[in-house]
Amino acid sequence: MESIIEQFINGLRSGSIYALIALGYTMVYGIAKMINFAHGDIIMVGAYTLYVTTVRLKMPVIPAVLFTVAVCAVLGIIIEKVAYKPLRNAPALAVLITAIGMSFLLESVALLIFNANPITFKSIITIDSVSIGGVTVSGITIVTLVVTLICMVSLTLFITKTKAGSAMRAVSEDRAAAELMGINVNRTISMTFAVGSALAAVAGIMFVCQYQSIKPMLGAIPGLKAFVAAVLGGIGSVPGAMLGGMLLGVIESISKAYISTELSDAIVFGVLVLVLLIKPSGLLGRNRIEKV
Amino acid sequence: MALLEVKNLGISFGGLRAVDNVNFDIEKGQLYGLIGPNGAGKTTVFNLLTGVYRPTDGTIKLGGIDIVGKSPSEICQAGIARTFQNIRLFKKMSVLDNVKTALHNQIRYSLVTGFFHLPAYFKAEREMDEKAMEILRVFDLDGQADYLASNLPYGKQRKLEIARGLATNPKLLLLDEPAAGMNPNETAELMETIRLVRDRYQITILLIEHDMKLVSGICEKILVLNFGTELAAGAPEEVLNNPEVITAYLGE
Amino acid sequence: MSKAMKENGEYKNNFVNKKNIITAAVIIGVYILIVVLTEGGVLNRQAKSLLVPIGINIILAVSLNLVTGFLGELSLGHAGFMAIGAYTGAIFTIYANMPEFAEFLLGILLGGIAAAVFGFLIGVPVLRLKGDYLAIVTLGFGEIIRSIVNFMGITGGAMGLKQIPRYSNYTWTYIIMVITLLFITNLVNSRYGRIIRSIRDNYIAAESIGIKVSRYKTMAFVIAAFFAGVAGVLYGHNLSIVKPGDFDYNKSIEILVIVVLGGMGSVKGSVIAAVILTILPEMLRATDDFRMFLYAVVLIAMMLFNSSGFRTRLEESGKLPKLSLPVKLKAK
Repeated sequence: MESIIEQFINGLRSGSIYALIALGYTMVYGIAKMINFAHGDIIMVGAYTLYVTTVRLKMPVIPAVLFTVAVCAVLGIIIEKVAYKPLRNAPALAVLITAIGMSFLLESVALLIFNANPITFKSIITIDSVSIGGVTVSGITIVTLVVTLICMVSLTLFITKTKAGSAMRAVSEDRAAAELMGINVNRTISMTFAVGSALAAVAGIMFVCQYQSIKPMLGAIPGLKAFVAAVLGGIGSVPGAMLGGMLLGVIESISKAYISTELSDAIVFGVLVLVLLIKPSGLLGRNRIEKV
Repeated sequence: MALLEVKNLGISFGGLRAVDNVNFDIEKGQLYGLIGPNGAGKTTVFNLLTGVYRPTDGTIKLGGIDIVGKSPSEICQAGIARTFQNIRLFKKMSVLDNVKTALHNQIRYSLVTGFFHLPAYFKAEREMDEKAMEILRVFDLDGQADYLASNLPYGKQRKLEIARGLATNPKLLLLDEPAAGMNPNETAELMETIRLVRDRYQITILLIEHDMKLVSGICEKILVLNFGTELAAGAPEEVLNNPEVITAYLGE
Repeated sequence: MSKAMKENGEYKNNFVNKKNIITAAVIIGVYILIVVLTEGGVLNRQAKSLLVPIGINIILAVSLNLVTGFLGELSLGHAGFMAIGAYTGAIFTIYANMPEFAEFLLGILLGGIAAAVFGFLIGVPVLRLKGDYLAIVTLGFGEIIRSIVNFMGITGGAMGLKQIPRYSNYTWTYIIMVITLLFITNLVNSRYGRIIRSIRDNYIAAESIGIKVSRYKTMAFVIAAFFAGVAGVLYGHNLSIVKPGDFDYNKSIEILVIVVLGGMGSVKGSVIAAVILTILPEMLRATDDFRMFLYAVVLIAMMLFNSSGFRTRLEESGKLPKLSLPVKLKAK
């Protein structure tokens, strides 16, 4: 019983990271109607930035973390301006391929600067693990869960309570109408990319503190899983991304522990396929019907 | 027996009763008009007849056979073809191919023939070309057979859609505002073509129109819808002089 | 009288017609040219080693184009079908004890059929989904196939399946590539092709003219899976080893990139893009770590060039030949 609870909590931990990344996917999809394939690589950029600031530049932890988040947010804005904005009226597939190209670009730049050898990274989180009734929860797990919770609450408040947040919702509902209402669409899209990338940076920081190793391809797998989480929850839906991420983390953790490590990916994707076949718009997604 | 018998037709979307208790019969060879103000449920009736929506109540019989619950493709094969209010052509295909695609149920060959381009392929394709060109000629589109459908002017796109529907060899052809966006000359010409098509191919036509005058000139019988229910039905002159119809159109 | 009709009426009448004779001449001509170039020592060993991969990529790209370009559905699981073909074919040739020709031919067919069967099993449920959702589900299935292959014993797991006979050579690849090209081009120019393209352009209208949309979607998907499987068999018998990692979603994306750069719905474009994108990374090999960087930059630049309206402007002003349109426009 204790072990299954531990696996569940571990699942929530990796699920938190998926959820943070999935939020970026889902927000960008909602607002720009595109799959930002390069989003996963923002995690990697975040991880390297954290490494450079704390290890090479010996910056204190808090400024280093803030700097990392800022770098990723700015990178998100730049990527959108350079690669996606010129294609706003292009077919979805063209944008998708460009995003894939952008993902390759980020990975290859990391490869050129840091080469392919993984860098060992010592976690910046130094909290001891806690035991409650036979269930041991590591410090990093506690921090990840708390940070994720804070991020989600602030994001929800941002989207529902602020003017910028309602602009984001308006643009994702109907871009043309939002523009006519005087909303600055370009700025809103930039902001969405910034917020999404900042969340990915947080995810990246949590991720390297857990796995303590950095390499150029680090973002690809969590990025893909997070994307699956976003679709699972209903792409375009913010609560959906949170739910999808957590669910995915737990399913993955339980199947790794009790079924098979090799098959865990197959199980994760199997769940996705099953959900989409039953509810094509994802768990919390809205159904759009084409008018005849 | 009427070709199309619609009894007690109705559909609800959630709480909204879009069409309620609509009844009408269309005789073979008739040119039947469906009119009504905006939002009266005309296009919804088309969508019910063609299987895009499934009615919540009522029956639709084509030649005595119930077609409720059949898919749009099955209904087409049963003999109902249609056009759309917002034109739905195969835009990146040529004008000729648009019509040839619609011939797929009449002139067929196997997948193997398609893969190898066996002699049967050439025979069938030529037959299709001839049939398609014959239909295009009726609509004066034969000169633009090689154009991409999206490159046709608007009026011709509407005509092409009718041609495509006709190519499925229907018993009943449904036209959703065929003259929308056309000038009076084009409209008059189109109405002439529609009548000609009916006589030449011996089919039955049900058309939705906004413009009552236009409908009265061509249709033999008219059904007026308002708020999803029948307001009046009958011969054009009767219907157009009905005070209720005038109120529905002009307001109080 | 329309152009298409003239072609049918005057010479497309028969199997033996002018157009087919020219096609046959080109096919044989290209084959002989490349044999002469390799035998004559014009192509070096590195170039020779690229001939089979080019052929394989052409088969993959043209078959994916059937689904993505002609049917208009985005599939990110093409490498999964390739994997099924590669493993089925390889397991067959490893365990079968037959003369090489018969064994390889059967292996190719079996690989294609196995992939087609999976294409059917996957296609029937998932083709109800559209757009990005279909993309992610096909990607999911590709990954499921890969991780199951990874898990199974007969496939050699993550270490890979070794000692596959090296049957793939230039001639085999060329013949199968030509067959693929002919089949797909013929199909696209048949009633089936018209139906598939009509679904892409407007599936609601396609239903309204009596087309059973899901049946033909599945058909296109299964045919594409078959050829991906065939390409997989060639792939395995070229390298003599296959690993699950060869068929991850990056491979699917690589094929998709070829299709998109070549032009959606353009068989010719797919062929040209497959040749360029197979040679390009090899030419950049000397640059080592820069290779991926250059590839990425080229990819982004090409997409921006193609899709931001720049290319259309060039094409319309006549400075660039058109590749991507299936039907040439007549001047009004």
